[in-house]
Amino acid sequence: MLRRSLQFALGRDVLGRGLGTHRGGSTLDWNGKMSEIKKKIQSVLPGGAWTQLHDTSYLPPEHSDVVIVGGGVMGLSVAYWLKRLERPRGAIRVLVVERDHTYSQASTVLSVGGIRQQFSVPENIQLSLFSIDFLRNINEYLAVVDDPPLDIQFNPSGYLLLASEKGAAVLESNVRVQRQEGAKVCLMSPEQLRNKFPWINPEGVALASYGMEHEGWFDPWSLLQGLRRKVQSMGVLFCQGEVTRFVSSSNHAETPSGEEVTLKRVHEVHVKIDHSLEYQPVECAIVINAAGAWSGQIAELAGVGKGPPGTLQGTKLPVEPRKRYVYLWNCPQGPGLETPFVIDASGAYFRREGLGNNYLGGCSPTEEEEPDPENLEVDHEFFQDKVWPPLAQRVPAFESLKVRSAWAGYYDYNTFDQNGVVGPHPLVVNMYFATGFSGHGLQQAPAVGRAVAEMVLHGNFQTINLSPFLFNRFHLGEKVHEHNII
Amino acid sequence: MAPVWNQGTRGIHGLSKAVAPEDSQRKGRSLLQFLADHFYDVQALREYLLRKQVLKVHQKNRPFTHIKERFGPHAAGAYFILKQGGAVKFQGKEWIRPNTRGRFSLDFLKFPEVPVEAVDASGSAINYHGLDNLLALKELQSLWLRHCPHVDDWCLSRLHSLANSLQELSLAGCPRISERGLACLHHLQNLRRLDISDLPAVSNPGLTQILVEEMLPNCEVLGADWTQGLRLGPEEQSRDTASPIPA
Repeated sequence: MLRRSLQFALGRDVLGRGLGTHRGGSTLDWNGKMSEIKKKIQSVLPGGAWTQLHDTSYLPPEHSDVVIVGGGVMGLSVAYWLKRLERPRGAIRVLVVERDHTYSQASTVLSVGGIRQQFSVPENIQLSLFSIDFLRNINEYLAVVDDPPLDIQFNPSGYLLLASEKGAAVLESNVRVQRQEGAKVCLMSPEQLRNKFPWINPEGVALASYGMEHEGWFDPWSLLQGLRRKVQSMGVLFCQGEVTRFVSSSNHAETPSGEEVTLKRVHEVHVKIDHSLEYQPVECAIVINAAGAWSGQIAELAGVGKGPPGTLQGTKLPVEPRKRYVYLWNCPQGPGLETPFVIDASGAYFRREGLGNNYLGGCSPTEEEEPDPENLEVDHEFFQDKVWPPLAQRVPAFESLKVRSAWAGYYDYNTFDQNGVVGPHPLVVNMYFATGFSGHGLQQAPAVGRAVAEMVLHGNFQTINLSPFLFNRFHLGEKVHEHNII
Repeated sequence: MAPVWNQGTRGIHGLSKAVAPEDSQRKGRSLLQFLADHFYDVQALREYLLRKQVLKVHQKNRPFTHIKERFGPHAAGAYFILKQGGAVKFQGKEWIRPNTRGRFSLDFLKFPEVPVEAVDASGSAINYHGLDNLLALKELQSLWLRHCPHVDDWCLSRLHSLANSLQELSLAGCPRISERGLACLHHLQNLRRLDISDLPAVSNPGLTQILVEEMLPNCEVLGADWTQGLRLGPEEQSRDTASPIPA
């Protein structure tokens, strides 16, 4: 009885106002009340964490000056150069939106990792020359204090392009252009080829070009991680989400010849979060389309190509995903340490991988045999039918080999002329492209990033003139044809 | 991989140590690191110090164009090497070395046509750009680059221009050379002696030695023993001593 009365007395406050339960606490509990009031004031005042109903740190910010769609090597390179070339320091807020943080389908990490200057278009050669310079001095460009230096595992073994009778003249003129631009390439006859590389069968080869310096292959994953680390230290924000909508406004204008033109400006980017219906509208000034194989879809969302065909409004971005296979095989009697990246006249290619007689290789299919880019499943029949025979003919040691593994990746294939699209769209005035490189994007990424940053910050190309790669050429029909596309 | 370029720098007391990452892992967070994490100015200062170290190496590797124009490529190359603290041997003459105070005689400038035969740049700060001076020495026969902290795979890919004359090359102890750079040595068809011992960045020294020997059949390759990295069991050893060699 005494216990029950004590409980009764202690359960209520002294004045017996136990029924006045406002927030679950007793009304005259001054200490508790004061601390609650203090907490509320602290959360409202600036500097305190405004505890909303739930944590929203996974959402992108509501405002960003530049939104880069795509977090692969191209997008990160643009982000790096934007932060590096901006004046004054810290002036531009950059947001990189990447749909998949594991990069499971990104072309960058599935790439074979080669870099060469043996192109036919001078701009491509210049892009690649700057990129190799960037890679050589990567620890000066991407240095972060307190972090270990980057090792991209570069193999300076060079590229060897073989040409048959038909392609010999083109190869020779290409080499002339390359040497003019400063690449170190030399021509070899079949005899010299046999002396230098005894494992090659030079039958059917009329001429070969061999890159002595600044060519080889490296590890794209370490480049990506290095860029990511540096770009984060420079203050670029990352967001995992998918761009689902662009909110834009239109302006009508009249050209001197009397035609009506609709200029669009993107104001907001809607970023949808994975596995949920939630999205964040990000207000932005500039959008950079670096979405790789999916750039065509992003461009359509922004209204590129919505118009009557044949006009500038109706010209779509001709970039679509194309699936390419890469096979890893082991051949104990195969070529040794000096093996360059060999590209046969038939289009099949291979390179050495490591020290254990392993080789990576593949071949681009013809237009009719293009595989369905729906998924990244590997077709092993393709190796048996299209890759193995030409390689075994070229390197007799490859007649006995054992395929260890294979994977597939996407080319952001430019169906118009297989060269990159760089620069602003003429009608959607604040959308810039950095895509469509059709298999040589990784090796040009540092230089293209700088070009796009110059275009955004200064309005024109300052170091390498990439005006042949602007979007206008699709409407005007001016193809920049590149002969050496693998 | 340890950042070798941070060793031996004499910056402001305490600040140079804070820039070196390996120190940060060993000694824990120092006051300067703590400040750098919280203040942009201190972070900018550390980045500046890091850049200065890099610039120092570049300054050492600058080209001596005025000497090259006046006295020719051989004299310019010799001057560059001697300035780095290395040694040079002209054809028909003795080795020229700088003394302990870094001074060397400039007699070789009187004979600009005499080619340089051998260069010993061991321990110097020569890097990719500094190699420009060496590659102009078209009759160089012997090149020693032992324990050079800035010679890496990229530098090896440039050596192909010396392929006609180079007979001896030593890369022992260079911390940045890996098997990927050694693959470009196949251009040097006249090479007779190659020293690739003690290369810490090479992943598989024994296997690399075999592959380099296959790549350069006329060359004597000194380096790791092929049994390095293999563990000989005790039974195998006793069998070796017990079995007689068949006559």
